[in-house]
Amino acid sequence: MTDPSHDPAVASEQGADAARGAARRWWLPRTVVIRRVHHDFPGVTTYAMQPLDADDWADYRAEAGQFNMLHLPGAGEAAISLSELPQLGDGFLWHTIRAAGNVTRGIAGLRVGDTLGVRGPFGSSWPLHACRQRDVLIVAGGIGLAPLRPAISLLLHERQRFGAMHLLYGARSPDSLLYASQFEQWEERGMAVHVTVDRSRPGWRGHVGVVPLLLERLRGFAPDNTVVFCCGPEVMMRYTIKAALGRGIPISRIWVSLERNMQCAVGLCGHCQLGPEFVCKDGPVFRYDRVARWLGIEAL
Amino acid sequence: MTSAARGAGRFLAKPSFQTLLDAIAAEGYELVGPTIAEGAIVYDRIRRVQDLPAGWTDVQEAGQYRLKRRDDEMLFSYAVGPHSWKRFLYPASLTVYRAEQRDGTWHYTQTETPTPRYAFIGVRACELAAIAVQDRTLRDGLYADPHYVARREAALFVAVQCAEPAATCFCTSMNTGPACRGGYDLALTELPDGFVIEIGSDRGQQLVDSIDTEPLDAQRLDQARSISDDAAKKIKRRLDTEQLRERLLDNLEDSYWSDVAQRCLSCANCTLVCPTCFCVSLADVPDLRGQTVERHRTWDSCFNPDFSYMNGGLVRDDTRSRYRQWLTHKLATWHDQFGVSGCVGCGRCIAWCPVGIDLTQAAAAIGHQPASKDTQPSGD
Repeated sequence: MTDPSHDPAVASEQGADAARGAARRWWLPRTVVIRRVHHDFPGVTTYAMQPLDADDWADYRAEAGQFNMLHLPGAGEAAISLSELPQLGDGFLWHTIRAAGNVTRGIAGLRVGDTLGVRGPFGSSWPLHACRQRDVLIVAGGIGLAPLRPAISLLLHERQRFGAMHLLYGARSPDSLLYASQFEQWEERGMAVHVTVDRSRPGWRGHVGVVPLLLERLRGFAPDNTVVFCCGPEVMMRYTIKAALGRGIPISRIWVSLERNMQCAVGLCGHCQLGPEFVCKDGPVFRYDRVARWLGIEAL
Repeated sequence: MTSAARGAGRFLAKPSFQTLLDAIAAEGYELVGPTIAEGAIVYDRIRRVQDLPAGWTDVQEAGQYRLKRRDDEMLFSYAVGPHSWKRFLYPASLTVYRAEQRDGTWHYTQTETPTPRYAFIGVRACELAAIAVQDRTLRDGLYADPHYVARREAALFVAVQCAEPAATCFCTSMNTGPACRGGYDLALTELPDGFVIEIGSDRGQQLVDSIDTEPLDAQRLDQARSISDDAAKKIKRRLDTEQLRERLLDNLEDSYWSDVAQRCLSCANCTLVCPTCFCVSLADVPDLRGQTVERHRTWDSCFNPDFSYMNGGLVRDDTRSRYRQWLTHKLATWHDQFGVSGCVGCGRCIAWCPVGIDLTQAAAAIGHQPASKDTQPSGD
């Protein structure tokens, strides 16, 4: 097997993605105003943020899978993927955030009308062109559904271009499902939604168990003509990919979104390195065969 | 090409060296050069020839650095100290932007600081190579660090050909020295009675034209050439770079990583003295009222545990994984990222390691010991 990290086709495809994100003053945040706050479930909130000065934001173009650096003054910055794109969501930047660290806990305390800073967009995006005339499996674990939602929206927007579409989504419990109110609409627009939870509760009629199990049992797609977009905890992605390969999906059609410590967001601070990759700049979305070798090494 | 190969060389007599420093200062440059502080030759502001370490050299080995008195008054007969020019081109601490709250709204401004115009006096070939590496890292990529670019473009480089390499030096293995082969405005070779000057740029030419120099005679040219040739012969340390990237990346589970981790203190000294290490962290510094917040950038190191913090845990949570990250980045994945090695062979990481871990030894050992084959990647 040749080393896919040196495949020029893969490199240029992702390089082009990254190039589109190269903003003129990438280091300086611009102010946004929080316009809507939606509590998804305890600890996770989705915000609609509006540019304070529309002219200052005229050059902003984001793609599905990219992220912004959110700055809460006094707390710091956090890398948060866009959970809906401005061009699809009333011109708002949508971010779904789990309160976990200093910055995200601080943001959890913000209300409608409060301001914060945003740098971005950064990183590579989901390769929607690779889905044309193919079946598409969107596989998400927990809050990993957030960076996939813009891809879902764009794919459903041009639904006729693609084959069968399935969302395989795993969450801890029926009470921690992201965007559950959209599932019905997604089904209506032509994407089958399969949900599984780790822990059930009375009244839950869906699946119980891990996401890879859903993939092992899935019907209604042609593995040799299928694209997989996957985002979730690394262990979940590892077993999902194992299941996908087991079903006969080619490794070159599997894409993952990775997470690492990110501070500059442009490959200059060094924190996010995974082997030769800067996850912020070369990723966060990678074709799996490009990073498989590095993900297999513990503590790399 | 050896030193002084340029046709248009000049000679500057020792007693006139101050005139060159004065001419540079008169152009508005801030002079930075070697000077003695805290028992080492470090780079700091200089004004006069007397600020330079006349008659001193450095003796280095793994885990050792000592100043030693010479029996002459040579100004630049030492190798390299703990400082590199990185501390001026890529400062250890910098304010990136400022956020101010007015009427409940945060406003962002770029902090505008005047770009210092440095003239670096006494730059070595390995250091010019290090700056060329930083150019690739911080200037030539898709995203550039504007602070580095501004300082670097404004700077004047006065190189001095290396005459006394240390035992820790291995620039000949990295093909970066000891002779300077470009990237300077002026390159000097120090002779007992003066300096042979090679001119590398128009700016350099103008400076030389503005002071009294002598034509370069054949004898001095030969003297200068032999200094660089002799310096190359003095360098005994070797790093075998043949297939090094592949050997390191094919042996990420080698047992040597654990061996070296037994000795490594994870102290980050090697990354701080390294002229190419660029890792930084960013942090907010608020005023007392919390109405103005500055975003500060400071040098960080992959040896600091928090460097890889993510989701409540550390990606690289032991010294073995942190040392492996540093060495494989420097000698292997740097090639993937920037098309060159991250190592220029200056030997600083060897001398300034408190337990004397030798990068050349580590690089030679990886993949040459019995490794646990079952955990090796099946990749290529």
